[in-house]
Formats: sequence, structure tokens, C-alpha cells
Amino acid sequence: MNIDWMMLLKAFCVGGIICVIGQILIDKTKLTPARILVAYVTLGAILGGLGIYKYLIDFAGCGATVPLTGFGNLLSKGVISEVSTNGVIGAFTGGIKAAAGGISAAIFFGYIASLISKPKIKKQ
Amino acid sequence: MIIIKKVGKQSYILSNPVNITSTAAIVGPKEKEGPLHQYFDQCLEDEFWGEKSWESAESKIIKETANMAVSKSGLATQEIDFCLAGDLLNQCIASSFGLREINIPFLGMFGACSTFVEGLLVGSTFIDGDFATNILCGASSHFCSAEKQFRFPLELGNQRPPSSQWTVTGSGCAVLTKNGTGPYITAYTPGKIIDMGIKDANNMGAAMAGAALDTLVTHFQDTGRSPNYYDAIFTGDLGYIGKDILIDLASSKGYNIKSNYNDCGVMIFDKEAQDTHSGGSGCGCIASVFSGYIYKQLQEKKYKKILLMATGALMNSTSSQQGESIPGIAHAVSIEI
Amino acid sequence: MYKQLNKFLNILKEMIIIKPIESKEDYQEYVDYKTPNSPILKNCINAFWVGGLICTIGQIIFEICVSRGLDETNSYAVVSMLLVFTSAFLTALNVFNKIGKFAGAGSLIPITGFANSIVSPAMEYKSEGYVMGVGAKMFTVAGPVLVYGISTSIIVGFVYLIFNLG
Repeated sequence: MNIDWMMLLKAFCVGGIICVIGQILIDKTKLTPARILVAYVTLGAILGGLGIYKYLIDFAGCGATVPLTGFGNLLSKGVISEVSTNGVIGAFTGGIKAAAGGISAAIFFGYIASLISKPKIKKQ
Repeated sequence: MIIIKKVGKQSYILSNPVNITSTAAIVGPKEKEGPLHQYFDQCLEDEFWGEKSWESAESKIIKETANMAVSKSGLATQEIDFCLAGDLLNQCIASSFGLREINIPFLGMFGACSTFVEGLLVGSTFIDGDFATNILCGASSHFCSAEKQFRFPLELGNQRPPSSQWTVTGSGCAVLTKNGTGPYITAYTPGKIIDMGIKDANNMGAAMAGAALDTLVTHFQDTGRSPNYYDAIFTGDLGYIGKDILIDLASSKGYNIKSNYNDCGVMIFDKEAQDTHSGGSGCGCIASVFSGYIYKQLQEKKYKKILLMATGALMNSTSSQQGESIPGIAHAVSIEI
Repeated sequence: MYKQLNKFLNILKEMIIIKPIESKEDYQEYVDYKTPNSPILKNCINAFWVGGLICTIGQIIFEICVSRGLDETNSYAVVSMLLVFTSAFLTALNVFNKIGKFAGAGSLIPITGFANSIVSPAMEYKSEGYVMGVGAKMFTVAGPVLVYGISTSIIVGFVYLIFNLG
């Protein structure tokens, strides 16, 4: 297979920059992790709804989809495509349908992890 | 004959100094790696200590510490009149569950991280007032149960800000008696609730330093003592930032405590090697450092007069989510040999 | 020489900043001065390369999927699921919190952080049972993410409908 090195580099840089913005927010504003994640997912959903986020995905691939803004974008994208075919119902069904993979995986693996593992203290 | 024990605004001189006959301290594995490890009676290898949850592990820690302190005192359990203990868990379950089989009348104490000294001063009042002859005081905290209740799950990949403190896993217990050879509790100053308006739950030292200052200054004014009266002054868990602030604030009030003051949260961990940021905190911090380290120094006469001042931040996770500021409190006892 | 200069500057700084503390605002200002800042440059560098690396791994998975003939939508879903699995696995091994402590937002912002925020309370609250402990507490951090993400997307759907009808 052909590896698109340019695409990997772009994914690295865009993903890295999105994370750095989050880091600055954490260090400068004392926002908790939950608030940062909420802000990112909401921003992603809005940018997705405005149709802007897809340009970032075209440019950086997983550099834009893997950060949580990508998750928000996925929800909006799903809603929009479902609304176009199913109307109002689509507004409620489209989002989760599109993002189902990540959500279901996280819930399922979370449950499995709680069965097999115990929390341990941070040594550092 | 009535003897007035109150001096000044809110300090009390005991007419019959109360003897601290024995102490015991059990701490967790991280404290074992700290600079004071050789002074503790027992250091645990893991935080669960064979229990199923952090909470029951904390109960076991305070239970075993209490038993150890009682057996060191040479008293039979039924000779103890009261047990005064507390912790940080909801409704103080660590101490009430841990001590439910001890069969001593139990009074739950709560003063956040100032609980241990609150117990000492209530206990010495009972003894000095002839209501009791032997009293068991104790407090405990556990890093994991405190993180779970106040902050985040242990496995969450978050960063701790530099001002945050590390809750000490451990417990300290002391047995107070009417007669004995010392060290003695001779005076105390209970503190008022002081709110400095700090809202950052990751900067407890700054939130509590105001209360520590108030109690310290009141104690000096009421008793007419100065900082050099004491060989050492110890606060509970102000940490590096709070310690620094207290030194500054005290000097602005004209008390220079720089040379003989230290903080148990600073002493219990090695800041650099153990990455504890601003130092230790929790009820178990001053309880274990006093019961383990300071008490032995008093016995060996390395210190003759100390002021032990525990500081507490009176908040919970609901109040900080509702944007309330964090009121602080500090109680001080003088211990002399 | 430099040391002495630094010392002198610090004394000067203290003289300017420590004015008498008369109000809560004064105290807050003084505390802010006393509290050390997070090492933001170091944190940002770590966040950059770890976050970038996670996205790059995602991109590699994506390209493998595409080369095997999966369509784009499904490939992105596979990327999410594999990263979520890895994050859950590392959390269960008690390793993810160490990565998170080092990388900060670098591991929090990618979907790995979302997965960690579900797995870690699930493990923590196991002691309260499998229904009200694991089942309910799983969403303490991730719940708000879903609430705001889904609600925003539904609003987006309505706005889209209105604009397209009009």
C-alpha cells in the first residue's frame, strides 16, 4: 500500500495544535477536563453544522476527526444527512447513529475494564 | 472555688495539664517513601490493605491505629471514657465504621483537616474539667477515598496543578490521660471560621492560611506569648504555598515565625522526588506526623514547648461546584514537657 | 553577579507587589502572585507531540482501512473504535493516567480522553456495585459531553431544516 506521508504529517500537526489549544485552556483558565471536553464537542458540532469543519478533515484527516471536535462534527454531520432524507425525525436519530461506533465502544470497553481491573494509586 | 481558665478573647490555660500518654501512627506506601518513614509505627504496602474498597481500607487504618495507641498506653479499652475521632468521608464513615467495635462512647469530630487537634482540645477540656480520665483522640484520611470524593477517579488521565496538595493516607491516634509524665497539653486556642474568599479548590493552603494567621495571632495576644516562647510551631497542611503565605502574613502582623515554624504537609513528603506539588494534606497529615514524628521528638526532649495548629478547609464538592468560596479554620494546642 | 541581581529584583518585586492586605481582592492578588504557574511551555510541547502522535496513529489505521476497501465513513468509525479500545485497555492496565499526567490535553482532547473519562469512573465506582456504581457513574465526565454534543447537533438539525425550507 501507499503511505501518504504528507497526510500523516498534516494529521500530526493539526492534531497537535488542537491539543495545544486545549492545554493552554487548562493551564490558563483552570477549566476542569469535563468542561474542556464539553467545549470541544460543542464547538465541533457548531463548526460541523456550519459546514466549516469538513475542510479541516479534508486537509488533515484524522488530525481533525480524532480530537473531540471531530466527534462533535460527526454528530452534526449525521444529523444533517439524516434530516435531508427523513426530515424532523432525522434531527433526533442522525447524530447518535453517526457517532455510534465510538460511543458504544467506549461504554462496552469501559464496562469490561471495570470487570477485569481495579484502580491503582499513581506512584508519581 | 471557681478557676477561670479562659484568657484573652478565646484562649484557655488548663489548670491541670493533660498528659499525652501514648500515640500511634499508621501510614500508606507513599508516606513510606517520604522523609519521616522511620518514625511511623507501621507503613502499609498497598492502599487497599486487603479490603475491598478505599473506604473500608481507611476504616481499617484508623481502627488498627486506635488499637495500637490504646495498647501502647497500657490501659484496658474499658478504662477509656471517650473516643473522639473524625475523618473526611461523608458523615465521617471512616472513623465511625472503623471504631464501631471498639466499645467506647464515641463522639464524632469534624473540622475538615483540623479534626485531630479539635479532638485534642475537646478531649483535654473533658479531662481538665473532671468529666473523664482517659480519652482516645484520632483522625484519618486516605488519598484514594479523598480523590474519589472530592476530585476525580484515580485512573483519569488529568494533570494536577502546581498548587494542588496530596492527601496523606494514614491515621494518627493519641491517648490523653489525667495523670502521667508528659508531654502535656497546657493551653489551647480554638479557631474561628475565616473566609479569605479563595475559590480555587486546588489551592487549599491559600484558603486556610488566613484562619491559621487569625488563630496564631489570637493565641499570642491572649497568652502574652511570642513566637520564641515555642521551640517549634507546626501547622497541619498548609503546604508550601500556605506556609509561605503564613510566614508573610505573620511578619506583617509583627510576628517573626520564620526560624521555628514548619508545616506537616511540607515535612511528610519529599517535594521533588515524590512529585507532591504543594505538599501533603488531609486529617491524617498532622495526625500521623504528630503521632509519629513530633511526639517522639517531645519524648526525647528535642522540643520542650511546641504549638500544634491544625488547619481545615471547610468545603465539599457541592459547595465548590456552586461557586462558593472556601472558609478555613485553625485550632491550636500548646504541648509542653 | 547574576544571582545577586536576581535576588535584588525579587526583593524589589516583593516590595511592589506586597501591599497591605485589606480586602479579599488584595488577598487574591497576593495569592496569585505566590502560587507558581503551571509549566505551560513544557506542557504544550508534550501535549503537541502526544496529541499529534495519537492523530497520526489514527491516520495510519485509516489508510490501512481504506486500502483494504472500506469506505471513508466506516474507516473513521474503525479508527475511533480502535483508539477507544486502546485507551480503555491502557486505563485498565493503570497506565493511561501516567500518560495523561505527562501529556495533559495531548491525551485528553483526542477520543482517547473521552474513552478514559468513561472507563476510569467505571473502575473507580465498582465498589458501589455494577448498577449504581459502574453503570451510573460511568458518565460522570462523559455524560456532559454527550448531553452538549447531542443537544447541539439536534439544534443544528433544526436550523438546517428551517434554512432549507425557507
